[in-house]
Amino acid sequence: MWTVSATLTPALLLSIYNFGLRSLILTLISIISCVICEVICQKIMGRKVSVGDGSAVLTGLLMAFVIPPGVPYYLPVIGAFAAIFIAKELMGGIGYNVWNPALVGRAFLQAAFPVAITTAWLPPEQLSKAPITVFLSPSSVDAISTATPLGVLKQFGMSALTQQFGSLDSIYYNFFLGFKPGCIGETSGLLILLGGLFLIFRGIITWHIPVATIGSAAFMAWLIGGPTIGSGNPIVHVLSGGLMLGAFYMCTDYVTSPTLKSAQIVFGAGVGILTVLIRVKGGYPEGVCYAILLMNCLTPALDDWFQPKRFAPPKAAPVAASK
Amino acid sequence: MSGFTFPKGGIHPDEHKELSEHLAIEEMAPPDQVVIPLSMHFGAPAKPLVKKKQEVQEGEPIAVVEKALGATIHSSVTGVVKTIESRPHPTMVRCDAIIIDRDPQAAPRIYETEDWRKISREQLLARVKDGGIVGLGGAGFPTHVKLSPPPSAKIDTLILNGAECEPYLTTDHRLMLEYTDQVIEGAKIILKILGIKKCVIGIELNKPDAINALTRALAQDSKKDDFEISAQGMQVKYPQGSEKQLIYSLTKRAVPGGGLPFDVGVIVQNISTTVSVYEACAMNKPLYEKVATFSGRAINRPANLKLKVGTLLQDVVNYLGGTRDLIKIVSGGPMMGFAISALDVPITKTTSGVLFLNSSETDLGEFGPCIHCGWCMQACPMGLAPKEVALYVEADKGHLTTKFGIMDCFECGCCAYVCPAKRPLVQFARLAKIAVKKHG
Repeated sequence: MWTVSATLTPALLLSIYNFGLRSLILTLISIISCVICEVICQKIMGRKVSVGDGSAVLTGLLMAFVIPPGVPYYLPVIGAFAAIFIAKELMGGIGYNVWNPALVGRAFLQAAFPVAITTAWLPPEQLSKAPITVFLSPSSVDAISTATPLGVLKQFGMSALTQQFGSLDSIYYNFFLGFKPGCIGETSGLLILLGGLFLIFRGIITWHIPVATIGSAAFMAWLIGGPTIGSGNPIVHVLSGGLMLGAFYMCTDYVTSPTLKSAQIVFGAGVGILTVLIRVKGGYPEGVCYAILLMNCLTPALDDWFQPKRFAPPKAAPVAASK
Repeated sequence: MSGFTFPKGGIHPDEHKELSEHLAIEEMAPPDQVVIPLSMHFGAPAKPLVKKKQEVQEGEPIAVVEKALGATIHSSVTGVVKTIESRPHPTMVRCDAIIIDRDPQAAPRIYETEDWRKISREQLLARVKDGGIVGLGGAGFPTHVKLSPPPSAKIDTLILNGAECEPYLTTDHRLMLEYTDQVIEGAKIILKILGIKKCVIGIELNKPDAINALTRALAQDSKKDDFEISAQGMQVKYPQGSEKQLIYSLTKRAVPGGGLPFDVGVIVQNISTTVSVYEACAMNKPLYEKVATFSGRAINRPANLKLKVGTLLQDVVNYLGGTRDLIKIVSGGPMMGFAISALDVPITKTTSGVLFLNSSETDLGEFGPCIHCGWCMQACPMGLAPKEVALYVEADKGHLTTKFGIMDCFECGCCAYVCPAKRPLVQFARLAKIAVKKHG
């Protein structure tokens, strides 16, 4: 858990560069509220306090990474309550939760504060030059809000997006490096990819879920992402929104994803397909959060459908005991 | 040499063999008193043949199993039966045992070696039975039964298990180095009893000296008898020495679940057992001495000891200079062995080693909830789902775990070794098996 959190630090640093100190403060608030919430819950429920395992810290970090940098400071506190109390401790604590706690927190906030969570975007770079008062303001900083690339894409189409960033190459460049409006920690495809590769190299996660997720999302984006069938731009879809972060850090959560590699590929493919369906055909510009939560529901079934291949099982099927 | 191995799962635990692998087998002086349990292994407990105050000779049968499956027990010292009473036992908590006071004047018994080639097959098998030989790899299945497969079984290969994949243990390693000829002769005797020609000695590649010693001895020996015996290196991976995994590694034959090795034409014998078979057949010496590894970082002097069955662990500890920072005593290897709570238990026929572990070698932390990382399923050499079994047991549904193949589990402990939450998955598996059996 601590390693996973550590690999997210570069993305946080970029976010501070992009969106200013506000993203650091929001992230810290999110982490601290998650940890405090977990301690209180475990004390009340008579469980052993387990914040030392780093799971609450990771939840807080990931939740902050998927909310916009311009939201009021009290928002992550409410999100932490939903993530830790409702999604984790009420479900039975770590290991027994059905949904990814960080995403439940984000979904809760999106339902409860739809305006703040969908409009409080900050344009990168300009903000780091903004007056310090902006960071200290406890309320939403919608005075300088902007739209995410996915919002632009959904409302105005690809040409508008290209116009905004100058050229297609500039889109790829800025998206991959992370200079674009978006949630606190999701903007840089490069940093998330590096962190994810490190986790794969260390054997903490395997390639199956990220590759299946990104691959299927790219395919779906190509298929239905454009005005005609097969004319979408898969790269823009893969690099925008929370897809990279979701594929490497959210879908790969041990507890809420299936165990076997074969089941993981189905799980990842489901996330990728649902994400693009929501983005292109649904009402929201971004669909990663709901796509993962929906596939989390299928995890127990996937675990049941896909069983490991046994070495030298009994020849005849065991005769069912007659009742 | 190619790395023969099994297809699924497996782990690479720290070997810790450096503590004792270079130490030659050392004969421990017989203790003043031996405690010989009437039940040491698989099968029915033996019935005593001797009475209180009766004099017994070294190697004399003192207890037998008449009708049921079992093995004869011999006195390991010359002396007087002090009493027959219930005593602490390493696995059964308590068990009736024959206690013999050694006669300090008695000279050790000398055995003459004769040419086993002149002895008939039936007689050899009878000697194995009379010698009280059991499988020394762990379960202690009576060897004469294993060497009398049903006529329907078409055995073509004998496998000698020299994998010794458990960390710390170096007994078989030392035997292969120091008793090389006895291992080969023992293999030939077993081949003669079985009436087959082919024998493969499977050895993990971390014992190149043993592979070389056997290969060299076999090359010099090849003309003497009409047998095909070879030594084969295998990849170093736990549980390479597990019967089904070993058979697959060496023959690519898979023993089906619930089946026995002879279903695929194979019989497996342990290296120590093979040496005992040689001693019983060629020297007429029954099994009452045992080579075992005493290791771990808590014992002052690790050693490979040859000692009398019935020697109390306390005597061994004293002989090896006592312990320091002792946290846990394990009989057998650290993966499949079991903890011992007291030193007044005897060494039995099936003791392959006793480990004295200090605080750096033990983890007494509490276990946590399953986080479904799936590492146990990757490590399981049988392709089972240990995490699911454990969750079922925790939910009191252990009897429903047959769908995960729980009865194929041989409790190697790979799952528990890799579990990041330190869950006692082997214990959960045992509870699941008990629940399945109880449920019919």
